[in-house]
Amino acid sequence: MNIETKYHGSVEITENEIISFPSGIPGFLEETEFIFIPFTEDGLFQILQSVKTANIAFVLANPFTFFPEYDFQLDDSALEVLQLEKPEDASVYSILTVSEKMEESTANLQAPIVINKQTLVAKQVILTGTNYNTKHPLFRQPEEVK
Amino acid sequence: MLVLTRKKYETIVIGDDIEVTVISVSGDQIKLGIKAPNNVDIHRKEIYDQIKAENNAASNASVNMLQNLSQLLKK
Repeated sequence: MNIETKYHGSVEITENEIISFPSGIPGFLEETEFIFIPFTEDGLFQILQSVKTANIAFVLANPFTFFPEYDFQLDDSALEVLQLEKPEDASVYSILTVSEKMEESTANLQAPIVINKQTLVAKQVILTGTNYNTKHPLFRQPEEVK
Repeated sequence: MLVLTRKKYETIVIGDDIEVTVISVSGDQIKLGIKAPNNVDIHRKEIYDQIKAENNAASNASVNMLQNLSQLLKK
């Protein structure tokens, strides 16, 4: 099927590449279907594009590339909603807030996007009890977050 | 907003399958226990609002900004 996208015009997609977000994401509760469109050749950055709303798309990055120490636990409720049987089945991405001053772009480490690679069911998981916040600068050394 | 008064250990039911119980009261602080199905997310409101705000900000990148980001990455 053909969909309209925010940054890539008209794109042809197949049903089996659709990532399902049963609960949407905070602020976008009605957006339950997305697809990935690569943004850089090395796959470091992807666009998470809403299937039904052309203008809704997010820039995602692999957080571990920028923050090698990034680590968190998923609670039982997230594991169950995502039907994750093993850690290897999970893909983790951070939503980036791209700034006018590019160097000030930040990653939301507090609420990663977690995708079950097998079922393509996904959720934005809000972490609790960690030091992560919603605005970690991508392009300079992170300071200790208090 | 519905306002109910509860004592310690008393419970409120929301819908069919959400329960909120007052666990303890200590000065200004109230500990609440919440039972809900796994597909219902529960968060402190200020955290939820922060995530919502950040998602909204993140959804506003213009094509121009993305092109600039792409340039920056090539360095």
